[in-house]
Amino acid sequence: MMDAARLETIISRYDGEPYDLIPILQDIQDSYGFLPKEEVKAVARRLKVPLTQVYSVATFYKMFTLVPKGRHQIRVCLGTTCHLKGGQRLADSLSSRLGVKVGHTTADGQFSLETVGCLGSCAQAPVMMIDDHYFGRVTVDKVPKLLKPFQQAADSTP
Amino acid sequence: MPRFATVDQLRQYRRQLAAGYDPQQLQVLVCAGPGCLPLGSLEVAAAFRTACAEKGLNERVILKTSGCQGLCAKGVRVLIRPQEISYEQVTVEDVPEIVATTLVNGGIVDRLVHQDPLSQAKCIHKWEIPFYQHQHLMVLRHLDLLDPESLDDYLRLGGYLSLEKVLLGMTPEEVIDLVERSGLRGRGGAGFPTGRKWRLCREVPGEVKFIICNGDEGDPGAFMDRAVMEGDPHAVLEGMIVGAYAIGARRGYIYVRHEYPLAVKRLQLAIDQAREAGFLGQDILGSGFDFDLRIARGSGAFVCGEETALMASIEGLIGEPIPRPPYPAQSGLFGQPTVINNVETWANVPEIINRGAEWYASLGTERSKGTKVFSLVGAVNHTGLVEVPMGTTLRQIIFDLGGGIPGGKEFKAVQTGGPSGGCIPKQFLDLPVDYDSLQEVGSIMGSGGMIVMDETSCMVDVARYFIGFLYEESCGKCTPCREGLRQLVHLYEDIIHGRAEEGHLALMEELCAVMRSASICGLGQSAVNPVLTTLKYFREEYEAHIRDKKCPALVCRPLLKYTIDPEACTGCLACVRECPVGAISGRKKEPQEIDQELCVKCGLCYEVCQFDAVRRE
Ligand SMILES: Cc1cc2nc3c(=O)[nH]c(=O)nc-3n(C[C@H](O)[C@H](O)[C@H](O)COP(=O)(O)O)c2cc1C
Ligand code: FES
Repeated sequence: MMDAARLETIISRYDGEPYDLIPILQDIQDSYGFLPKEEVKAVARRLKVPLTQVYSVATFYKMFTLVPKGRHQIRVCLGTTCHLKGGQRLADSLSSRLGVKVGHTTADGQFSLETVGCLGSCAQAPVMMIDDHYFGRVTVDKVPKLLKPFQQAADSTP
Repeated sequence: MPRFATVDQLRQYRRQLAAGYDPQQLQVLVCAGPGCLPLGSLEVAAAFRTACAEKGLNERVILKTSGCQGLCAKGVRVLIRPQEISYEQVTVEDVPEIVATTLVNGGIVDRLVHQDPLSQAKCIHKWEIPFYQHQHLMVLRHLDLLDPESLDDYLRLGGYLSLEKVLLGMTPEEVIDLVERSGLRGRGGAGFPTGRKWRLCREVPGEVKFIICNGDEGDPGAFMDRAVMEGDPHAVLEGMIVGAYAIGARRGYIYVRHEYPLAVKRLQLAIDQAREAGFLGQDILGSGFDFDLRIARGSGAFVCGEETALMASIEGLIGEPIPRPPYPAQSGLFGQPTVINNVETWANVPEIINRGAEWYASLGTERSKGTKVFSLVGAVNHTGLVEVPMGTTLRQIIFDLGGGIPGGKEFKAVQTGGPSGGCIPKQFLDLPVDYDSLQEVGSIMGSGGMIVMDETSCMVDVARYFIGFLYEESCGKCTPCREGLRQLVHLYEDIIHGRAEEGHLALMEELCAVMRSASICGLGQSAVNPVLTTLKYFREEYEAHIRDKKCPALVCRPLLKYTIDPEACTGCLACVRECPVGAISGRKKEPQEIDQELCVKCGLCYEVCQFDAVRRE
């Protein structure tokens, strides 16, 4: 069921014009963790933008997802510097440890793993983020220790 | 913060600020820039807060988290003013000692001061560190002085003086004239003269005009714009307000990359503060001039750094570039005349207005004026953010500032200009860095990423990396870019799998020629630069992959072979635990063996082995 009030709070921050489409979708993505179908349809109606155009925007930009993500977002940098300093190995290691392919979410819904262009902390390559936390100079052997607090947090929260 | 209805009120407030400020005030500035943040800046700052409270120093010491202090390699950095004592690699555990030794007793914690890698000299104060001595700070000048969330700090350092100056005594034409004479060129890549762009837009008839700050910073390996937006957000705003006045725009946007949440937060705060103080909104400082700004967040698309794609994105559309002309200055955002400039370009404007066109034009080279900020990263001792006059040589940047290549390795190449740039080899180390000279050797200035590579980097892999990146990021609108990149991806796959033939290289050159001349936007046109420069300067590496089926730098996975040296292996099983495909086997405490059939050559065993027992060839 769609939570109309929650969506309304988001839409009401804007003028309700077609050019508000992207910021509204961004707010939905931030708030829900993905773009739920009913909400997307409602936005199309409210902004008087064809649904096809909403979907074209939602699938063009990388920050939007149409399926729910895991509780924690892991982002491994594969920017140039991180690429040179072993970012791919880091991504491989995380992928094998968590048993999930890049771009997917673990079966228990705890972690989504993705690789990104550049996180802007290139001086500390290789860099990764878990949710809003940055981690620099991450060698493969540090991975288990980094994951731990998030795994524990996952167990204790309902 | 009061609302300043007139310039006089602002001046009055400045005097108050100056009177209340003690230059001898003890200050601790913990760097929380892009480099130090992942190393734990916030924890270090919290430790200072606790330790100062314990020693009863709260009244005497002002604690701030600052923007990037430059020498990121040695983070977390802590700067103590007024002495300018610069500590590095500070951890939470070091904090009580700094507080006791330096803040209470005025002494130095010796092990935390900088040691120059070349001369081995210890540098206690910031000005003694060679990394800083060779720089000329304009855009970065405030970064280790102010708290980016404090408008008072900014005003105390002369913030918004250029706005006062133009509103009080300059016509828009005079402002444009000044910027034109300064020789400022766009810092976002192409280097178009900024003053000329403004004039073009001013002269187009039209009631509604826009200005945009391009903070998309998509080039991987670059974080200059992030550091400025996070570390000195009001400077960007000030430049934009002055620009809007000159151009006759009443509305502006700052387009910030989705990956930079802190930049969004700081800019939003700065906008709110500027509105409250009357630097934005109606009748700014009583001048009758109205201007307001808002932030547009990117949504994760590299191509949206391109100006026409960026504007499409603000309009709520997908980020597909459109052919120019018409240029944005003629018909841009919502079809109206629009000036779009890069973050660093805008941040240069206030100093140019304050100090004059002639002063600015005296810095730099004949055709590239002023300074340029670079993010110096990769295989270099002093990774970090540097700002040098245009015309400084690559050697000065990499060796004098950068402290050379770590681990006694050899310099191989430096990559400038991001995915649209090229790899510059050793023979050009004495090249003065400006727009034209970089172009002459096949690269570009780009936004300022400078990635240093040593002998452990494979140039085929680097070019393949950029092509893969651009293939993912191409919007797919025009065929030369979309299909050309796809074919290049295939050709590179062949090369690194040892399947390529001699003719591949000629084919690549031919493809590049078509992409360069026929793609709609800069993405496809310049995508060929990494390919062409590596083909030109490092052809023997391609040939080694093709003819000998070897990757000389031991990077390209399919051409590698991993084995375990039974003499060195202790059987600790670290590699067994790490191997994603279960290719390593053997008994505990005995030498292990890699099954070559199963091995995917990811190199994880090589990385985790503590005993150097994994061999790579
Ligand atoms: C594919 C592509 C990506 C670009 N990305 C950026 C960017 O991230 N930041 C930027 O300032 N300019 C970028 N540009 C350049 C802009 O199109 C534009 O030239 C620039 O913002 C103009 O500002 P300037 O004159 O101050 O340099 C990009 C261009 C292309 C073709
Ligand atoms: S390349 Fe990884 S943070 Fe920039």
